[in-house]
Amino acid sequence: MLSYVLRRLAILALSLLLASVVLFVLLRLLPGDPASALLGVGASPEQIASAQAQVGSNLPLGEQFVRFLAKLARLDLGRSFVSTLPVGPEIAARLTVTIPLTLLAFALALIIAVPLGIIAAVKSDRWYGAAISSVSQLGIAVPVFWVGILLVTVFAVQLRLFPSGGFPRRGWDAPIEVLHALVLPVLTIAIVMSSSLIRYVRSATLDVLGSDYLRTSRALGATFSGAMLRHGVRNGSVPVISILGIELATTFLGAVVVERVFTLPGLGSMLLLGIQQRDYPNVQGVLFVSTLLVLLIGFLADFVQRLVDPRLRDKISGAAQ
Amino acid sequence: MTERKSRYAIFHIPALAALIMFVFAPSIFASGSPEAGGQTVNPATNYDPNATIRIGSLYEPQNLDNTAGAGQGVTEAFNGNVYEGLFRLADSGAVEKLLATDYSVSDDGLTYTFQLRRDVKFHSGDPLTAQDVKYSIERVMAPDSKSSRKSSLNPIAGIQTPDEHTVVVKLSSRSVSLPYNLTYVWIVNDSAKNLTTSEDGTGPYRLDQWRRGSTLSLVRNDEYWGDAPTNKEVVFHYFTDATALNNALLTGAIDIITSVQSPDSLRQFTDNPNFTVKDGHSTTKEVLAFNDRVKPFNNVKVRKAVSQAIDDKKLLNSIWGDYGTLIGSFVPPTDPWYEDLTDVNAYDPEHAKQLLAEAGYPDGFTFTLDTPNYDPHPVVAQFVKSELAKVGITVNINIITANEWYTKIYQAHNFEATLQEHVNDRDIVFYGDPDFYWGYDNQQVNELIASAEQSKTPEERNQKLEKANRIIAEEAASDWLYLYPQIVISSSTVTGYPVNGLNSQFYAYNIKKAPEA
Repeated sequence: MLSYVLRRLAILALSLLLASVVLFVLLRLLPGDPASALLGVGASPEQIASAQAQVGSNLPLGEQFVRFLAKLARLDLGRSFVSTLPVGPEIAARLTVTIPLTLLAFALALIIAVPLGIIAAVKSDRWYGAAISSVSQLGIAVPVFWVGILLVTVFAVQLRLFPSGGFPRRGWDAPIEVLHALVLPVLTIAIVMSSSLIRYVRSATLDVLGSDYLRTSRALGATFSGAMLRHGVRNGSVPVISILGIELATTFLGAVVVERVFTLPGLGSMLLLGIQQRDYPNVQGVLFVSTLLVLLIGFLADFVQRLVDPRLRDKISGAAQ
Repeated sequence: MTERKSRYAIFHIPALAALIMFVFAPSIFASGSPEAGGQTVNPATNYDPNATIRIGSLYEPQNLDNTAGAGQGVTEAFNGNVYEGLFRLADSGAVEKLLATDYSVSDDGLTYTFQLRRDVKFHSGDPLTAQDVKYSIERVMAPDSKSSRKSSLNPIAGIQTPDEHTVVVKLSSRSVSLPYNLTYVWIVNDSAKNLTTSEDGTGPYRLDQWRRGSTLSLVRNDEYWGDAPTNKEVVFHYFTDATALNNALLTGAIDIITSVQSPDSLRQFTDNPNFTVKDGHSTTKEVLAFNDRVKPFNNVKVRKAVSQAIDDKKLLNSIWGDYGTLIGSFVPPTDPWYEDLTDVNAYDPEHAKQLLAEAGYPDGFTFTLDTPNYDPHPVVAQFVKSELAKVGITVNINIITANEWYTKIYQAHNFEATLQEHVNDRDIVFYGDPDFYWGYDNQQVNELIASAEQSKTPEERNQKLEKANRIIAEEAASDWLYLYPQIVISSSTVTGYPVNGLNSQFYAYNIKKAPEA
């Protein structure tokens, strides 16, 4: 187990290094110079040259990259070109919005999807089982920002139940206000995420329902619920957990889009602003931290899956990646 | 069959209902509906002196220092509210004394002596002294300063502080607009630190908190030397998207939108008694800029013909409805040298054809219009194209990004004609610079503009610039299509806010809000 964890951690570190190279190169391939974007119309060539020297965009790419890595090793994400403020603390502040948003949305998606997915499988012969299946199919096809706009129109603008966007100025010092502000964004993500989750849960349940061990257990006198709880849930959860890791990462990315719709001061809005302003350190920092989080989620999902499924733990230790 | 029913009893409908109740529960704690104030209380006469004014804006500052590239957002939030200058630019465009009680100018116009108010304290408690003023002006002029207004202070050769309350500014050449230029020089405590994230000004508000990406709150400065603000707190709420901003006002999450940028959304407010829509004068001009260096636009007759062939009134109406103003030149009504020149090169397509024939283009010609890819330029380009087609001119619309505009047009001057919005006030000076992107070069105009700043009095300067302005209008140096409206929308429970938004300022200290019902 320990060697497995160590191996996974090494892969994690290598992936991060690769990701940082890709991020760095891709950003520099974008047309336009941050220095001129910074100054805008009316800047003299002297001003542009001095701005380039200041942000380091006049240095050779290799040198810029080495500087970036050296700073990263000291957990320093640099300073924004545009605001001149350090990137790290801003990302930390914005994670206090994005992480709760992601986790709440994910939890809600699970709460919705697991029962509905099971119902859709077990009651596939009833009208509501079929209805759940087809509505979830529809939910997959709908873009997340559109759901957001729809919820704002109905629940904020028409019914005035929730704010249409924004984050309370006192932040988490006013937790009730924050939760109130997060209801619509969380619902938006949860609706879209749960649609695909329902599909996974449904097919996993269908597999279990048709399995020999369930039939055997029933033949040995177990009730249907008893057999399901003892054998079904555990077997069915293995494929679902591996999907959950990917889904949690997707939820995080969904949060990035939804923040824009609801004007939440999270990582997503920081990323979009940074891209508009060619603020490389900000964009780099956000993408790096997001990549780190997504990789960590994958790592944890793998780990949990091995805890749940002894077959993975014992037999193919080391082969699983 | 009976067994089946009980199997999944845990997924009861009541359980789901309880879950939904839980999710929606926080709305019970929501503050009162914004329409509670629908009853018309006149906030001008009956206002709450401890109100919180919530202002919605699209312009979040990058940081809090206007010499460190903070952008227009910090001007909006801080000018006159947190920081003050020796002079203030009033919403009417007039320059008024603020931290200076008096000033005198030497006969040669090269020495300005300013007397400072004696009862002023910074938010940190330090008293205002002449050293602070010297420090503050030098801060804007410093080599690493990113102030966009830096070059207008170039005539300043040195600053002396003969005593605690007197500042002497020595100039290398006359600068009749110095008081105006000092309206955007914040007077900052010379011992203040970390001005990109904190402040130490003398204004009626102090910074409470800046939550990046979201809100910036100001709170009344109880030690303020002047009249106390008519509200207690001002919170700027920042948005990145106009629809979200409008929704916030519609739902009562904010009280005011400082500057409406999309005409489409106006109707939901104009037809509703809960809101007030104010139409002021902006300084933003939509310009069809010719490259005056190249054929055929180096020919005055061609430029006049194009200007006369486009119906600006129809264009403005199709974009902004009844809002906005027609202009006959580059100078907006709030500049001191404004003159109504809309009759010069007014819409006259028949005369335009005649001018084209005289210029040697009886069958018209073809040119490429480089069009920035954001509103309103693509729509304007389509309109220009269809208008010019009527006089035989073919327009090829070439859509470009803001970045391409900057490198291709602004830097390389590689274009025939382009569309651009010019936002600044008092920016006629660009027509006196033959190296500017549009390449207008008229010796007389260059001299008038260059000498205007050397004038002995503001009146003399105004006369010179009026004259220059008339020449560029008559020569159709560019085609000035229209002046953007400056639209401020508010809930009808607030009043007393500035409507012209000059230099992106938004003085909050006179805003009054009706007490909540």
